[in-house]
Amino acid sequence: MKEGIISKEYVIPANDFAVAGEASSNVKKILIQLGVEPQAIKKTAVSMYEAEMNVVIHAGGGRAFVEIDEEKILIKIKDDGPGIPDIDLAMQEGYSTASDEIREKGFGAGMGLPNIKKYSDIFNITSQIGKGTLLEITVFFKVKEFIKI
Amino acid sequence: MYFHSVTLDENKCMGCTNCIKRCPTEAIRVRKSKARIINERCIDCGECIRVCPYHAKKAITDPFEKINDFKYKVAIPAPTLYGQFKTVESRDHILTALKKCGFDHVYEVAKAAEIVTSETKKIIHKNGNKKTLISSACPAVVRLIQVRFPSLIDNILKIESPMELAAKIVKDEFSKTMDISPCDIGVFFITPCAAKVTSIKAPYEKEKSFVDGAISISDIYLKILTNLNEIENVEPLGQSGFVGIRWANSGGESIALGTDNFLAVDGIHNVITILEQLEDDKLEDVDFVETLACPGGCLGGPLTVENLYVAKTRIKKIIDEAKTKSTCTQCDNDYGYDLLWKGNFEYKPVMKLDKDMAVAMRKLEELERINRGLPGLDCGACGAPSCRALAEDIVRGNANETDCIFKLREKVRNLAVQMMELEGKMPPVMDKDL
Ligand SMILES: Nc1ncnc2c1ncn2[C@@H]1O[C@H](COP(=O)(O)OP(=O)(O)O)[C@@H](O)[C@H]1O
Ligand SMILES: [Mg+2]
Repeated sequence: MKEGIISKEYVIPANDFAVAGEASSNVKKILIQLGVEPQAIKKTAVSMYEAEMNVVIHAGGGRAFVEIDEEKILIKIKDDGPGIPDIDLAMQEGYSTASDEIREKGFGAGMGLPNIKKYSDIFNITSQIGKGTLLEITVFFKVKEFIKI
Repeated sequence: MYFHSVTLDENKCMGCTNCIKRCPTEAIRVRKSKARIINERCIDCGECIRVCPYHAKKAITDPFEKINDFKYKVAIPAPTLYGQFKTVESRDHILTALKKCGFDHVYEVAKAAEIVTSETKKIIHKNGNKKTLISSACPAVVRLIQVRFPSLIDNILKIESPMELAAKIVKDEFSKTMDISPCDIGVFFITPCAAKVTSIKAPYEKEKSFVDGAISISDIYLKILTNLNEIENVEPLGQSGFVGIRWANSGGESIALGTDNFLAVDGIHNVITILEQLEDDKLEDVDFVETLACPGGCLGGPLTVENLYVAKTRIKKIIDEAKTKSTCTQCDNDYGYDLLWKGNFEYKPVMKLDKDMAVAMRKLEELERINRGLPGLDCGACGAPSCRALAEDIVRGNANETDCIFKLREKVRNLAVQMMELEGKMPPVMDKDL
C-alpha cells in the first residue's frame, strides 16, 4: 500500500447479473465512510456501475482497480474481451450491439459509455480487437478541481 | 440533540441479535446484555419494534391526556386508522367515535393528502422528466436518504406532508371561524408509526411542527371501539375522497398522481435496493418513486393493531364507500399555501469515519485489516451486526478485537500454548537431567 492511497481490486464476473454492480456498490460505501461530497459519490456510482455492466455484458468479465487519494478516485476497468472496433461509434448515444435477450433485461440502451464520459472528470478508453478494453475514469472530490464541463 | 420516538425498554431486552441484524443503518449494538441505539444513526423506521420477539422496542408517543393541555382539541387521523375496525358501518362512524374520545373536532389527514397530490402534480409537470422524484411522505425514508444516500437529496420531493398540511389548515380555519388563538388549538395526529412522532418533535424540514402531539393508533384503539358501540348521531366528518384515503396503501400516493410512470416500493430493505438503483441512474425512465419504510405502506405501521393483510381488506371497503359518495377528489390548494419546505435539508454524514479525510483513509485501511482477521460469520455475539461493523467500531474506539469470541478464544489458546511451553522449561539449577 502506498502512503495516502487506498487501493482496491475487484473481480467482475461474466454474465452474472445477480452480482453485477457489487464492485461499484462497495466503492460507494467506502466513499460515504470517507466523507466524500455527495455529488462526487453520484458521479462515481454512475460511471463505475455502467463500466462494470459493460464488462459483464459485452466482455465476458474482467477486473476493476480502484485508487482513492484525498483529491480523487481513479477507476480502471479492464477486460480481455472482444474489444471495440469503432470507439467513436460506440461512444454515440443510443449505439448498442446488445442482443434482444439483454435488452429484455432492461440493458443495452446504448447510453452507458456516453454517461460514463458525462459523469467522469477525466475519461480514457483504449481497446484492441481480440485483446480487450481498458477504461480509465477519474472523478475529483472537490468542485474546484472540476476540469471538464 | 437527537429526539427519537423509537426507544428501548431495558427490562424487556434480552440482549439478543434480532434487532441489530435488521437495522437498516446499523444503529444498534448490544452492550451489557442490552440493546443500545446509536442516536445519530437511527431513522425511526420501527424495524426493530417489528422484529423484537420480547417487545422491548417501543415508540414514544404522547399520552392521551395531553389533549387536555389545550382549550380546543382536534384529532387528525391518518387514513390507516380506517383499516383497523372489523364491523363498522361507515367511515363517519369511525370518525364520530374518534371525536367522542374527547375532541372538539376531527379533520382527516386524507383530505390534506388530496391537496398535497394536486400540488405534487404541478411539481412533476414543472420538473418535466429531468429527474426522478422521490416521495417524502415517509419520514423514515427521508432520514435514510439523509444519512445513507446523500446524492439523492436533490431528488426528494420537498413538499409538506399531509399531516403538516392538515394541522395548518385546522389551525388557520378554526382560529378564524371560532375566533380563538391558534395556540389554544391542540392538533393531535393519530399515528400508525414512530417516524411521524419524531418528525413532529424534531422536524427536519422546518423549525417547528404545526402538530401538537401524536397519539398512537394502538393507544386510542380501545376508546374508539367502545365509542363505536354507543354512537347515536353519526356526524358527517368524512370529507376526503377515496384518493386521499388510498394513501394508507403502498402505491396510493402514486396512483393518485395519475401517471403510469411510477414505482412504489415498501419495506425498508426493499427501499434501500431501489435507492441504490436510483443512485446508479438505473431508473432514469421513472418519474416518481414512492418509498415506504413499512411493509405494505402505512397500513403495516408498527403502531397499528390490525394485521396488514386484514387491514388492506378493511380499508378497501372504506375506499369503495368513498367512491360511491360524490366528495370531490380533485382537491385544489384553495388555501393558496406555499407547500415547499422552507428549512435547509442537509446531508448528515454520520457514517463518515473522521472529519479529516486523511485520517478517515487511515481508519478505513485499519478497518479492513481488522475485518480480514475476523471470522466473517457475522454471528452478532460481539454485539455488532456484522464482523465489518465490529471492525468499524474498533477503529472508532468503541470496541475491542477481543469482543469477538473467536478472537478471544484464539488469544486464550495462544496463551495456553505459551504456558505449556514455559511449563516444560526448568531452571538449570533444578534440572536433574543435565
Ligand atoms: N467492455 C467492452 N467490451 C466490448 N465491447 C464493449 C465494451 N463496452 C462497450 N462495448 C460496445 O460499445 C457499445 C456501446 O456501449 P454502451 O454505451 O455502454 O451501451 P450498451 O451497453 O447499452 O450497449 C456496446 O453495445 C458494445 O458493442
Ligand atoms: Mg453499457
